Amino acid sequence: MRRPHLPFRSAGVRFGIIYAGVFALGTLALATFLWWSTAGLLDRQTDAAIYADTQGLSERYAEGGLLALEETIGQRLAGNVDDDAIYLLVDPAYHRLVGNLERWPPALHQDAAWYEVPIERAGRRGMARLHHFILPGSVHLLVGRDVEVRAQMARLLTDALLWAAGVALLLGTVGALAVRGLFRITLADVSATAAAISAGDLTKRVRVVGRGDEFDRLAETINDMLDRIARLMDGVRQVSNAIAHDLRTPIARARARLEDAAAHASGETDLRAAIDRAQADLDGVIGIFQALLRIAEIEAGARRSAFAPLDLAPLLLDLVELYSAAAEERGQCLTAAIPPHLPAFGDRDMIQQAVANLLDNALKFSPARSTIAIEAAARPDGGAVIAVADHGPGIPEADRARAAERFFRGERARSTPGSGLGLALVQAVAQLHGGALTLSDNQPGLRAALTLATRPHRHAGVTQMNATSSYDQATADLHAA
Amino acid sequence: MRILVVEDDKDVAGFVVKGLREAGHVVEHADNGRDGLFMAASENFDAIVLDRMLPGGIDGLRLLETLRGQNNNTPVLFLSAMAQVDDRVRGLKAGGDDYLTKPFAFAELLARVEAMARRGKGEGPTTKLLVGDLEMDLLSRGVKRAGQRIDLQPREFRLLEFLMRHAGQVVTRTMLLEGVWDYHFDPQTNVIDVHVSRLRQKVDKPFASPLIHTVRNAGYMLRPEQP
Repeated sequence: MRRPHLPFRSAGVRFGIIYAGVFALGTLALATFLWWSTAGLLDRQTDAAIYADTQGLSERYAEGGLLALEETIGQRLAGNVDDDAIYLLVDPAYHRLVGNLERWPPALHQDAAWYEVPIERAGRRGMARLHHFILPGSVHLLVGRDVEVRAQMARLLTDALLWAAGVALLLGTVGALAVRGLFRITLADVSATAAAISAGDLTKRVRVVGRGDEFDRLAETINDMLDRIARLMDGVRQVSNAIAHDLRTPIARARARLEDAAAHASGETDLRAAIDRAQADLDGVIGIFQALLRIAEIEAGARRSAFAPLDLAPLLLDLVELYSAAAEERGQCLTAAIPPHLPAFGDRDMIQQAVANLLDNALKFSPARSTIAIEAAARPDGGAVIAVADHGPGIPEADRARAAERFFRGERARSTPGSGLGLALVQAVAQLHGGALTLSDNQPGLRAALTLATRPHRHAGVTQMNATSSYDQATADLHAA
Repeated sequence: MRILVVEDDKDVAGFVVKGLREAGHVVEHADNGRDGLFMAASENFDAIVLDRMLPGGIDGLRLLETLRGQNNNTPVLFLSAMAQVDDRVRGLKAGGDDYLTKPFAFAELLARVEAMARRGKGEGPTTKLLVGDLEMDLLSRGVKRAGQRIDLQPREFRLLEFLMRHAGQVVTRTMLLEGVWDYHFDPQTNVIDVHVSRLRQKVDKPFASPLIHTVRNAGYMLRPEQP
């Protein structure tokens, strides 16, 4: 369901509004700070000047009396170039003696008080800061400064603030549009790709611009994810094809045997033989199913709860004991190089089964009078590596990467019995244990190394990479041991 | 032996009941959990074959838990299509004695039921096992046949001990792998056969008649030569 296309639904516009808001807030904060610091400074300076003036005048009065004071005020008024000083001297009856104010402003009666009052001077109205001082003899002195400048500055700042708000709004709008445009272009591509993928086209990828920015990284992540999905889909397709083939074949064979026996069997013996063989075919099918389910169970990771610390050494020696008899029977020699103690962390049953699968393979593919070697060693990081090396036909390099896929069977393995699930299980066990299955050339033959990490990690993929990179070190240790 | 089969699938139940009767057992059948619990609690059986998923409100696990809650210790073999290791562990934890996943071979089921019922009867700890002229001293870990000493490796000793404890019964390869080696997987190689054949070299070859017999499509059986 598509929502109506409203502007505030756009993430770009939302970003723009936030952006403009933050910009406006910043401007406001700056203006407030400027106002407080400049106006405050002016006020303090004014007050200091008035106070000094008053002190000077009262000293003058004390020294020379009223006449000297009147003279000094007259001099000061004459010398005031800025025309911002205000003086008024009145007698006890508030009659003006000297000064540049016409009248004594009403309601100013307290000695040594500060006032800020509107005044009228030479026909101009304005604000003034005044200091009222009563001199001996009840002579009232008013000293002050016109603070109209401060009012002008306030207007100036207010204007600047309004302008800044306008600019912020403009910039915010432009920014919002730009961000929205950028989002539209980039996300439109992502969303188109996702839509194509959900419609079934798994080949579509998000365009990487190459700037290496967040959007590029997002695109790369999405593309990696899509690659993985494609690989998984591919795997599922291969597995279902393989299941169709590998299960259909024995089922078809069993069916044919039974049908043939039903139609042509000449006696009970024939019939029984056909049934026995059909049963064996079906047992094979059951075996494949069980192996598939077991791999799925391991891959799901549900059994990680059964992980516990264990010693691999006795576990491996028991398996060697189990298999060495079978190897001797085939004229092969199974040698073991296992340290007396090899601590690990994992699921005993799974590790046993994985190593048994490797040994099964080694025995199955090795010729008579050849040696099969099982080696185990601790890894420097605390994990363990278990390697089974044989002198059989090996796996060609081109096939090695795919050898652990379900149902993969090498050209030379096709003629031998088996389901092609053995290595897939080993790989699943390795990954569950945060390790990897590494196949390499034993010159001649195959060397299969199963690495196990000390503690399994949730992200098997990541640890697998780590395990593979440190594998060379582990093998070097193995050879040295 | 009296055996109770609790299984709702008609084909599987018919197949199991028929097979067990042919093997000489008296078999009762219940096709839901309620009837199964009633029969198991009110009558005496030597063994119970129990499906895990049952109709009637009481599934196999609940049935067994109720039964064990009443101090009824009849050996129980679980039969289940749930093959995951966790299901198996849950079944054994609830008090099951053995666990077999479907599909299964009847020979495996028969061998396990008989082994389980025999084990349930446990005559207490024994120090000596005797089968025909073969004797095993569990304390000194010595084996003799017809008075002649036989030297065995530790694993061979355990293998023979397992066969002797189940003398006269079919023992499948899987049972040997679980009982002697404690492995719960099927090797692709004939490892068990090789070990049994080595044991035969020591126990049977030097003597006139064999004790270890191969049972076709099933496994092995240790029994004294028929007189």
